[in-house]
Amino acid sequence: MPAIPLSKAPQPASTDPAQIRNFCIIAHIDHGKSTLADRMLQITEVVDPRQMRAQYLDRMDIERERGITIKSQAVRLPWQSGRDGKEYILNMIDTPGHVDFTYEVSRSLAACEGAVLLVDCAQGIEAQTLANLYLAMENNLQIIPVLNKIDLPAAQPDKFAAELAKLIGCQPEDVLRVSGKTGAGVEELLDEIVAQIPAPVGNKDAETRALIFDSVYDVYRGVVTYVRVIDGKLSPRDQIQMISTGARHELLEIGAISPEPIASKGLGVGEVGYLITGVKDVRQSRVGDTVTLYQKPAKEPLAGYKDPKPMVFSGLFPIDGAEFPMLREALDKLQLNDAALVYEPESSAALGFGFRCGFLGLLHMEIVRERLEREAGLNLISTAPNVVYEVTLEDGKKLTVTNPSEFPNGKVSEVQEPIVKATILAPSEYIGTIMELCQDRRGTLLGMDYLSEDRVEIRYDLPLAEIVFDFFDQLKSRTKGYASLDYEDKGNAPGNLVKVDILLNAETVDAFSAIVHRDKAYAYGVMMTQKLRELIPRQQFEVPIQAAIGAKIIARENIRAIRKDVLAKCYGGDITRKRKLLEKQKEGKKRMKMVGRVEVPQEAFVAALATDADIEKVKAARDK
Amino acid sequence: MSNLSFYVHIPYCVKRCGYCDFNTYTPAELREGGTLETVSQGFVDSLIAEVTFASRTTTTTIPTIFFGGGTPSLMPAKELGRVIDLLKQRWEFAPNIEVTMECNPDTLTLQSLEEYRAIGINRISMGMQSADSSVLKVLDRTHNPENVAKSVENARAAGFDNVSLDLIYGTPGETLEQWENTVKTALSYRVDHLSAYALIVEDGTKLAAKIKRGEIDKPDDDLMAQMYLKIDELASAAGLNWYELSNWGRPAEHNLVYWRNQNWWGLGPGAHSHLDGTRWWNVKHPSKYQEKLAAFESPMQDREVLGDSEKRDEKIMLQIRLREGISQEELSASQIKVLENYPEQVITIDNRIVLTPTGRLIADRIVRELIMA
Repeated sequence: MPAIPLSKAPQPASTDPAQIRNFCIIAHIDHGKSTLADRMLQITEVVDPRQMRAQYLDRMDIERERGITIKSQAVRLPWQSGRDGKEYILNMIDTPGHVDFTYEVSRSLAACEGAVLLVDCAQGIEAQTLANLYLAMENNLQIIPVLNKIDLPAAQPDKFAAELAKLIGCQPEDVLRVSGKTGAGVEELLDEIVAQIPAPVGNKDAETRALIFDSVYDVYRGVVTYVRVIDGKLSPRDQIQMISTGARHELLEIGAISPEPIASKGLGVGEVGYLITGVKDVRQSRVGDTVTLYQKPAKEPLAGYKDPKPMVFSGLFPIDGAEFPMLREALDKLQLNDAALVYEPESSAALGFGFRCGFLGLLHMEIVRERLEREAGLNLISTAPNVVYEVTLEDGKKLTVTNPSEFPNGKVSEVQEPIVKATILAPSEYIGTIMELCQDRRGTLLGMDYLSEDRVEIRYDLPLAEIVFDFFDQLKSRTKGYASLDYEDKGNAPGNLVKVDILLNAETVDAFSAIVHRDKAYAYGVMMTQKLRELIPRQQFEVPIQAAIGAKIIARENIRAIRKDVLAKCYGGDITRKRKLLEKQKEGKKRMKMVGRVEVPQEAFVAALATDADIEKVKAARDK
Repeated sequence: MSNLSFYVHIPYCVKRCGYCDFNTYTPAELREGGTLETVSQGFVDSLIAEVTFASRTTTTTIPTIFFGGGTPSLMPAKELGRVIDLLKQRWEFAPNIEVTMECNPDTLTLQSLEEYRAIGINRISMGMQSADSSVLKVLDRTHNPENVAKSVENARAAGFDNVSLDLIYGTPGETLEQWENTVKTALSYRVDHLSAYALIVEDGTKLAAKIKRGEIDKPDDDLMAQMYLKIDELASAAGLNWYELSNWGRPAEHNLVYWRNQNWWGLGPGAHSHLDGTRWWNVKHPSKYQEKLAAFESPMQDREVLGDSEKRDEKIMLQIRLREGISQEELSASQIKVLENYPEQVITIDNRIVLTPTGRLIADRIVRELIMA
């Protein structure tokens, strides 16, 4: 076996760059990246077989359950090549696999010289994988195409090998075939990584520059920063400085992950490892920033640093208003580990006190919300997500609107909305239905290519607001789940947009205001008023529900006044039961929100705004 | 002198009606091949045994007795008479004591009515439900509507000067016209009292199952509201004024005991009692009940001692149902304020808060708001 015991392997800070190979694995969710990574840990013997737990590298529960990797890690794997018999250090840099984390992916890629393109040979490549592949190719990474799950009965390795070969410009027989599950072909893959991926190149005598490709918050150790050293070196007790933020820290600990952190004498050119400075907030250690030495700083940062930019906003409100301070505390805590999360207090007439939060995208939003609920035990309502609008008023004043209720009424000369370039991969039989959907969502067709005989790549410009609405669900349902989607920011474009307000008994309900295309305003108004008519119980007076653009009413429904709310019978044996029912109703009434004089149950807000899962959750909370 | 009323539960019916979820059983449900005689054997002995528990209270006077069920008129007068006699031995009967029995019009004869009158029963409450045979069919009632007229006549002949009829409105399929006809028919019998209940579809009943399967429609709240206003109008016009949300005419003294939070003892399986702020209820099943008493054990299943806030809530919940209403002095300033939202539903008469007909229709809503104010 060409594994090398850790103690005898080349050590951090004294490893010749020529012996180092830095690579990542590009793969779609559930195409088996974690299983393959596990197999690599096992074959290189960095993990004691008895301690091996499935999907070792995915740390958080949510990641484990959803089979996705949110936070990347870097693992140092010693390996003796089966080809030349020499010792190497393979640094496997894990990458997030979802559209929301494109920037993080790009920084992980920037830390590598090569990438393993891993594709499930029963499913073929997916849109997100393709997007990340293009990103890797732009970064001039050496690509090693690999088909996974060759043990599956449904595998079609020949078909997908041809597809991959066409995509990256190699021969189908160059595509490796492995099974992360059985381990077949994994040793060969490790040898291939050594053979194909170039060794890192850097100047060990230059001013130190290390790229931060990830930083995570650990309760015990503070922020753990993952870096790739480009030039110079880092040693314990060094005074370091972050070039973009200017923050200065002392290196309390430096080391490599194998796959638990092991402190080392430092990190040299081409090496990958972690830093601990005692900092408590990941925003002081930003992904993409450059680490240098305070005493002898580099003049130029590494290219490619960007501030995280929230693309999607949503209000988060505790179902129980008393949980507001807990929500604040939980967000503060979460932000320590999530530099992309932004939030500020928001108060809604309908939902009470909460926070308007900015996210990188929908998945990011979902993950944040789930972590708040799971880790802090909160019950939350989220308002429908929206994008950021740049509004120019007639007097030339410009506004940035992150909350539909702040959208100005009238006097608007132009509204700019974010546009994304979307890539959709799907079986070619769905071309028609996909184009119909994109057209309906104000898309502009950019182009279309056949990846193979029956698979097609369709490119569209789409307003992000349409994607945020329900595009992905629609795409999945209209293509029986076969289509995959990726998108990237493409700046802003003007749109014919209006704000539709929903009025309950003549009072605007801020939580239901939406910014929509003028052509869809009527449909939105009708949908929302009808939905609310079903959801809001009858009151002792008639309640009109209206949809309006400014002062103009575009749709109207009525909730008729309740005429009967009494149990006719109440004799001796009924009294206790009736009082207990009353007590229960009293509790239910506490969960009612007052909109003017109208009592609206929490369920109505949730049902009108949120997903089916939310509705179930609120029902469960109510029945408890 | 302190009062204690008695409720006596007779848990037997010949047949269970489709809408009914009361604590009642057919003989066959209690014992395979059972007849009323066999299953009810010893039942009155159990009631009599329970009276010994009630006699330990310090109460002295009985203002009302009520035989409910089930179908008390299935029991021979002689048997019910044993209970009345025993009560009379241990307590003083108020001079104007009201002794009511619930009856099924199908099982009454002039002779049986005379017998009941002879043992001291002086008020008859008959389950009429509807004058319309199609409505009775949906309710799964067996009686023939013509029997009601005959039974009222027999009751009068037997010397009952206090006769009441029970009606149900909102039965699936029932129209406002059918209901109006039912009310007019009931009034034409010149009874002293009417009760009318909106049909409640209780879980676990045959009716609920039929609605769930989509065989019949759910009762409609708006229609029931109209029906309520109709009986209120017609009964008042006939001289039967409302005195409780679902009751019109000469007040049933026994039921006022419940609504005024006075003391009563419920004898029989599943019967509820109230004594000075404590409520309790007996084990539900007749066999279990009889077993307990055969062993000289209390048949009480559970009890609750009401706290101050529960007493306050109950008081509002019960008194608001009455024509006499709630004294303004008993309400807080914030509660009075709540009532300002209901200008058409609440009126003040002699410093008492009283519901109007439309107010009575949303009494539960008003109660909820009052107890939360």
